[in-house]
Amino acid sequence: MPETAPVTEPYRDPRQQHDAAMMGMYIFLSSEIMLFGGLFAAAAAMRLAHAAEVVQASQALHFGIGGLNTAVLLTSSLFVALAIEAGKGGKAATAAGWLAGAAVLGLCFLAIKTYEYHAEFAEGLLPVPGVQSRYATSIQHLFMNLYLAATALHALHLTIGIVLLLVLALQTARRAIPLPQRSIILITAGLYWHLVDVVWVFLYPVFYLAR
Amino acid sequence: MNFIPLWPPSISGYSHQVDLLVIAFTALIISLSAPVFILLVVFAAKYRRGRPADRKHAPNRNVALEVSWSVIPFVALFGFYVWSTDLFARLYRPPADAMQIDVVAKQWMWKFQHPEGQAEINELHVPTGQPVKLTMASQDVIHSLFIPALRIKQDVVPGRYTTIWFAVDKPGVYRIACSQYCGTNHSEMAGSFVAVSPTDYAQWLSRSANDPSLAAEGAGLFRSRGCSGCHDPGSSARAPSLVGLYGNPVPLQSGQTVIADDEYIRDSILLPQSQIAAGYQPIMPTFQNVLSEEDVLKIVAYIKSLRRGEATQ
Amino acid sequence: MTSNMEQRPDPANLDDRGLSETETERVSYLRAGHSLKSWLLTTDHKRIAILYVLSITFFFFIGAMAAALIRLDLLTPAGDLLTNEGYNRAFTLHGVVMVWFFLIPSIPNTFGNFLIPLMIGAKDLAFPKLNLLSWYIYVIAGLFTVFVLIAGGVDTGWTFYTPLSTMYANGNVILAASAVFIVGFSSILTGLNFIVTVHKLRCPGMTWNRLPLFVWSIYATSIILVLATPVLSITLVLISLERLFGLGIFNPALGGDPLLYQHLFWFYSHPAVYIMVLPALGVVSELVAAGARKPIFGYQFVAGSSIAIAALGFFVWGHHMFVSGQSTYASAVFSFLSIAVAIPSGIKVYNWTATLFKGHISLDPPFLFAMAFIGLFVFGGLTGLMLAMLAIDVHVHDTYFVIAHFHYIMVGGTISAFFGALHYWWPKIVGRMYSLAWGRLTAIFFFLGFNLTFFPQFLLGYLGMPRRYHVYPPEFQVLNVISTGGAAVLGIAYIMPFVYLTYSMRYGQPAGNDPWGATGLEWTTPSPPPKHNFETIPVVDRPPYDYEIEMGDDDA
Repeated sequence: MPETAPVTEPYRDPRQQHDAAMMGMYIFLSSEIMLFGGLFAAAAAMRLAHAAEVVQASQALHFGIGGLNTAVLLTSSLFVALAIEAGKGGKAATAAGWLAGAAVLGLCFLAIKTYEYHAEFAEGLLPVPGVQSRYATSIQHLFMNLYLAATALHALHLTIGIVLLLVLALQTARRAIPLPQRSIILITAGLYWHLVDVVWVFLYPVFYLAR
Repeated sequence: MNFIPLWPPSISGYSHQVDLLVIAFTALIISLSAPVFILLVVFAAKYRRGRPADRKHAPNRNVALEVSWSVIPFVALFGFYVWSTDLFARLYRPPADAMQIDVVAKQWMWKFQHPEGQAEINELHVPTGQPVKLTMASQDVIHSLFIPALRIKQDVVPGRYTTIWFAVDKPGVYRIACSQYCGTNHSEMAGSFVAVSPTDYAQWLSRSANDPSLAAEGAGLFRSRGCSGCHDPGSSARAPSLVGLYGNPVPLQSGQTVIADDEYIRDSILLPQSQIAAGYQPIMPTFQNVLSEEDVLKIVAYIKSLRRGEATQ
Repeated sequence: MTSNMEQRPDPANLDDRGLSETETERVSYLRAGHSLKSWLLTTDHKRIAILYVLSITFFFFIGAMAAALIRLDLLTPAGDLLTNEGYNRAFTLHGVVMVWFFLIPSIPNTFGNFLIPLMIGAKDLAFPKLNLLSWYIYVIAGLFTVFVLIAGGVDTGWTFYTPLSTMYANGNVILAASAVFIVGFSSILTGLNFIVTVHKLRCPGMTWNRLPLFVWSIYATSIILVLATPVLSITLVLISLERLFGLGIFNPALGGDPLLYQHLFWFYSHPAVYIMVLPALGVVSELVAAGARKPIFGYQFVAGSSIAIAALGFFVWGHHMFVSGQSTYASAVFSFLSIAVAIPSGIKVYNWTATLFKGHISLDPPFLFAMAFIGLFVFGGLTGLMLAMLAIDVHVHDTYFVIAHFHYIMVGGTISAFFGALHYWWPKIVGRMYSLAWGRLTAIFFFLGFNLTFFPQFLLGYLGMPRRYHVYPPEFQVLNVISTGGAAVLGIAYIMPFVYLTYSMRYGQPAGNDPWGATGLEWTTPSPPPKHNFETIPVVDRPPYDYEIEMGDDDA
């Protein structure tokens, strides 16, 4: 435990403060899991009620593109883990580099997603208000609506994460965050990023791999 | 007790049972809570601060006591749970010979359709001594049919049928209310429940307007909306025959088999892509924006009437 | 500390606003900074608690005005005071404001904020700035709700059932849903703060087994705040998407299910009612122990019962849906679990009663409110059990019986406890004692007014008066008039404390550290406490409620 980590009121020692920050972030993440849980519940209800049509609709999605995105996010999580290791070791420049790399991969995810939305739009599958769509069944319409809502909510969380990582990368590079004393900041931010990744790891099979 | 009514009329065997359950449960509640109220007052008086009393060896915990006042109420409540659940389950098992009346709820009125064709708005005539089953559909939002004198209530949910049944003992005029908030005029979506003797009911039937029966109206819709175009035996399009369909199993494309009940027929009309019969193409169009819930109920009545050996009309 | 130095305020010792103050007050948190900025940018949990008291009182009055309109309209069987539209908007506003802007924050964000650090021997909550942020989020959401009201309101009921809310309602549904969505974050951050505080900031010797029961109950409440609220958040997002873009998940025409909404909504809203009552249960434990000057009988069971209620409370939501069209098997399971969740509450009540045995019972205002709570909560809870019985619920669901039941718990219960807490910790918060006679009078007015208002509603419900109706059969009028009369008395009881409590801030006797002779770390500090609570972090080596139990001959 870094001896020189500053202790703010109401904490009495650095260990206590560190543990509190970790616990706080884990609790926040559990609330995020419950948030996405509602979406998963809605998807499950839809699947239970209309199994055959949901499978059909799922087959119409591009699971290859989704799979690529999964790989991108998993790699970005690896980068974040490496950034944290560097941070804990006091290597600010390395940490900043890995953080920036993870953020860039996050941007890649968004770019690939945009390309995918465009492809779906061209196929007449993306629900856009005012645009005629070509759904085989009304269930497919519902499926695509929910798919769009879920991936949009995920993308929003991802965007917040990208901004967070970029800001931290900048701060780290400028030595505004003393490392390793304040590595807790990177650790908690990294936990958030990992959650966004884990949510995608569940979203992907639910929507793309329903068979 | 007309000045302040304290108890609603109870007009069926089932409602008497519910009242009995409530009274018995109230007795249980009193037995579980009266000791608390009494002791609260007694202790506050006897052990009032400043008042001399024997306070030696005041107990701080007693696991046996705590367990017993957890377990004993639970066991008692479990007994009531069994009684209540059994009563409740009966509401969902209508007798096979129940007379069927269709109900359509919409903002902000009730429409009741007797099988013989009589339609009533905000008023429901039923004979006493006869089980009556209501099959209910909503045209728009969730409503709820509430007949306090019978102690029954059932939400009417758009997109499906819900059912409730009853058998009235006492003739009279009672209230119907909508008990699921449904928008602006929810408070005014009330009606009358008119229970009459079977002879009076028969008289009422013959006196009211000579509408064609529900099934006959359904037959008319079946033709005019084009159903017979595909489902008549002589048609060139390949559609399943509907003769003898009702109540029998239907093998589906997905490999499952379902029983063709009211809900299945309704879904086949409004959501035809949903459960394709095995061996058929998914080419039936939806009639969602063409037929109201009322129309669908009439067509269901017609299809129910198609038995093997009878040609379609 | 200097609290014993003066018995009366010293007229020669006036601060610059001309209010006489004691030496203790001068060095307390109340005087640590006088500017508006020092209040609006404070991170002191005690000041934030006061900010919450002021804001929830404001919203309470908005909700109470809506209630007044409702009860006035219900004086006559015809809907003649408000139009149908107006009435629907009134009860919706009443529900939305009272649930999310009064009841849910009421005890946790006021007394929880003020007391948790004091009770566990800490200098503040784990995340003081997050605490302030929670308040700002609450205020912004509340102002947004006022805006929605001014913009014409919403008429879906606080429950926003689909497809009414998503496809047919013509009020400001999305705006209202957004306001509730925003305040949800305040709830989540509050819960997060409390959980970490209780885990990490207990002073040496303060083991879980020595925690005051109020802390246990806030901890249990916080678990629900953190895990249930996000489900509400996503549900509000879904209905907004459905209304704006035709998402379809609740629309049968697209293959969706209106009942899915009810499952999602009640999955949050049932645990939410435990958010509203668990803190009250914790307050009453404190009041009973102090009022009887005796340890709470069966501390472990009472502490554990709070956790049990929080946990079981997540599994009973379907009891709001017995007649919704859900499967009878599901209803049977939910009915059974709803009986189970009542048992821990029963344990508390019986244990409190046993605590009074051979105690030294005081009839000062806080303890009168505690007894009012026990009576009203027991009655409300047992009628809840009645509702858990399937065949009974079929008849009384969505009638005034349900309204009476939940008001017995939320007003008879939570507000009794809130008043009890107010009358108990007031001397600690402001450093002055108030008139006990007036406090007792308030308790009596409250108890009478409350019962007059809500008991007739049980009868109305069984008679078949549905809820959300302002038109009713004439034979129900007498009971409705009694109820409205009771509401007037209740209203008086709500206003009375404003008078004597504010009076006490200037003219009350200085309270001293421990005016009630109670145990608990909060009573070891001066009244009002200094900004940092404790000069040195206390070390605890005694059990909670460490009152002396006599073994020998009795005395007063």
